[in-house]
Amino acid sequence: MIKVEGLYKSFHDRLILENIDVNFYKGKPNLVIGASGSGKSVLIKCLVGLLEPEKGSIFYDDRNFLSMDYEKKQIIRREIGMLFQNNALFDSLTVQENIEFPLKMFSNLKPEERIDRVNDCLAKVNLQNSNHKFPAEISGGMKKRVGIARAIALEIKYLFCDEPNSGLDPLTSRVIDDLILQLTTDMGITTIINSHDMKTVLDIGENIIFIHKGKKWWQGSKADIPEARKSNPELNAFFRASF
Amino acid sequence: MNFFSEIGRFVIFMRLVLKRPQKWNVFWKTTFREMYHIGIDSLLVVILIATFTGAVTTIQTANQLLTPSDMFPNQLIPKFVIGAIVSTSSLLELSPTITCLVLAGKIGANIASEIGNQKISEQIDAYEVMGINSASFVALPKIIAGIVMIPSLIIVAYFLLMYGGVIATKFISVLTYDDLIEGARMTFNPLYLRIMLIKGFIFAFIITSLSSFEGFYTEGGALDVGESGTRAVTRICVFILFFDLVIAQVFLGL
Ligand SMILES: Nc1ncnc2c1ncn2[C@@H]1O[C@H](COP(=O)(O)OP(=O)(O)O)[C@@H](O)[C@H]1O
Ligand SMILES: [Mg+2]
Repeated sequence: MIKVEGLYKSFHDRLILENIDVNFYKGKPNLVIGASGSGKSVLIKCLVGLLEPEKGSIFYDDRNFLSMDYEKKQIIRREIGMLFQNNALFDSLTVQENIEFPLKMFSNLKPEERIDRVNDCLAKVNLQNSNHKFPAEISGGMKKRVGIARAIALEIKYLFCDEPNSGLDPLTSRVIDDLILQLTTDMGITTIINSHDMKTVLDIGENIIFIHKGKKWWQGSKADIPEARKSNPELNAFFRASF
Repeated sequence: MNFFSEIGRFVIFMRLVLKRPQKWNVFWKTTFREMYHIGIDSLLVVILIATFTGAVTTIQTANQLLTPSDMFPNQLIPKFVIGAIVSTSSLLELSPTITCLVLAGKIGANIASEIGNQKISEQIDAYEVMGINSASFVALPKIIAGIVMIPSLIIVAYFLLMYGGVIATKFISVLTYDDLIEGARMTFNPLYLRIMLIKGFIFAFIITSLSSFEGFYTEGGALDVGESGTRAVTRICVFILFFDLVIAQVFLGL
């Protein structure tokens, strides 16, 4: 579980996130939704330590992340996998080398064991026979799969996905959503997904946080949405605009 | 942006970079690859520049000193002086400074755009989220490789400058190979060699660290990557020339 308390983040006096309190739970997909530019990526980057919030606390299973020094944070980060909006695959490495990379850096596996692990991860994301291709040579959906495989190469406890459907066709989007959902329940990890894709929200949203004007505007599950839309005009407007 | 805040950012960056590598075998592998990259890929341009500059310097120096003039109607200057001037200016200035100004354009722009591209495509963030010290991971192998390879290229450049001079003696009827080499031998001073190497190490550090810095703090898109590259080259040249002057004054100022 990840617990966020009273988080504030601004850029040059422009407040992006204001007093965010939220819990993200283990074993189910937690969704952060909101319009483009509402601060979803900023929230994730604060959580993983790529950005420094001005105020607030972040607890990774009761470990206070922001009070740690750089070296301690790095230990938590080895339990974190992240799928970036633009995949962030290492473009000078092949698919296999991309997934092997965290293993080379942080495991004591022998080369053959590493390759076995890479192939396990590739099987989990249903991507075979592409080990020796470079990122530039594969499709957008395949890149997402490689990104996910790399994120889960180490034994992670937390998975962050920033707009996992961006740039994908609707069909591939559903496949990637299902894949993330399945990995989350199978591995029992805490998964946080940024999205403005309503299909994703209604398909797999268990714990949904709606960010609006820098605040946590609404929180609930996909089952609560029809009711909430009646009483929450901003949430309603967001959903209406998305279809 | 203000000069002092830039210096501050650079110091913070270098404190991140100069950390113990997390995985030595990965570090050495990357460093050797960078050494190959910096050394071998720059060799051709160094060969061209040094040989031609050596030949031109010899022709021009010979012309200035051996043409009878009002002041020296009978050519009082012994010919080996030309060898001495060509050799000494090669050691002190031509091989370290000219080579590094050229390498600023080649290696500096290359490093800044490579790292800048990794930055804007979130690859740097990916390292960081994995628990890797990204600044050190991308920049340290380049800096170490530069500090090893650039001074080596400078030494090669010195011999090529002299070789260029030797070629030039073939065209200069009044100057022989022996005049040139005798002059170089007679005036060789270990201090000059030391100054050449000191410049080499300092310039190598300037080229690799400033370009890594510019790349690492790139924000935006492809255009900004290009801009980081150009800014890196300009800044590197300014710093090289500044330190060139400082070193000359410290070691040779009368
Ligand atoms: N590094 C940064 N510097 C300044 N402003 C930023 C930075 N990153 C994001 N922002 C601003 O913060 C706001 C939220 O951005 P972001 O979290 O990326 O939105 P999204 O919800 O689409 O992911 C945007 O207005 C963006 O311009
Ligand atoms: Mg975003």
